[in-house]
Amino acid sequence: MAEERKVYSRTKGILPDTVSGFCPGCMHSTVHKIVGEAAEELGQLDNLVRVEGVGCCGLGQFYVSCDETIAAHGRAGAVATGIKRSSPNSLVYTYQGDGDLAAIGLAETLSAANRGENFTVIFINNGIYGMTGGQLAPTTLVGMKSTTTPLGRKAEEHGYPLHICEIINQLTAPYYIERVSCDTPQHVIAARKAIKKAFQYQLEGRGYSIIEVVTSCPTNWGLDTLSSLNFLREKMFAEYPLGVFRDRGKETADDSSAKV
Amino acid sequence: MARVEIYTEACKSCSYCVISCPKKTLEISEKVNSKGYLYAEQVRPEDCIGCMMCAQICPDAAIEVWR
Repeated sequence: MAEERKVYSRTKGILPDTVSGFCPGCMHSTVHKIVGEAAEELGQLDNLVRVEGVGCCGLGQFYVSCDETIAAHGRAGAVATGIKRSSPNSLVYTYQGDGDLAAIGLAETLSAANRGENFTVIFINNGIYGMTGGQLAPTTLVGMKSTTTPLGRKAEEHGYPLHICEIINQLTAPYYIERVSCDTPQHVIAARKAIKKAFQYQLEGRGYSIIEVVTSCPTNWGLDTLSSLNFLREKMFAEYPLGVFRDRGKETADDSSAKV
Repeated sequence: MARVEIYTEACKSCSYCVISCPKKTLEISEKVNSKGYLYAEQVRPEDCIGCMMCAQICPDAAIEVWR
């Protein structure tokens, strides 16, 4: 019998013997884990710089092992621009939730995307403000209850959910746009591949990439962990379909193969 | 023979690993960790095939797999 060996170990991208501050079933910690794994696979853990938004994502400051800074609410895109321009060899990513990126930071996000800044955005979309107690976010689904819309979001009063990937896909500069999720092991593996690809593009200097991760928020959705997975699959995926919106790297590879 | 190692202090009882295991070897136990969560444990280790599905889905990176 062959000798037993470790085939899956905890990534060095998160601190050893540390318990994250996230709620049970929250996928923020899954994303922290796969970001660490993606950077570890690329051998870039020492080179990784994280810019955090404000909100639940700020809890990651006690959990990740890379260098990081916390931007003012919504301004992670602007701060990451400064860091990447002054230290172009660093692998820079911003980690923002929907209340940060899609609400107060929409201008910074779109401006950075429009300039085609060479960093990666990881956008956690759970359709609600988590840390402040479940208020309406721009990405909240129509009819979904939150503490500021106790009767459910009404389109005529509060507007419709904002689709960030679709909006950024209208711009010319972004290089890679994909929407993934973390609800099954297969989706976790796909999400890690997407993040790794975005990091790879950044290291090659290709430009702006955004990975939107559609996740659940069992605490503020008022569901247990397994029902929140069902809600995620039935309602969130219907509003936010997963998939690649743009992958210029693949397009150019296809073009070059077509010419040959 | 494959086996999993669970860092029980990090487990938050979300049971994502329980539903992801294709061989149903994991269950939420009756025991609690220091934070008060009932943690997951492997009840049928002989059935484990080391597919790493539990480790992939675990939000808190509490599971390590040996094969």
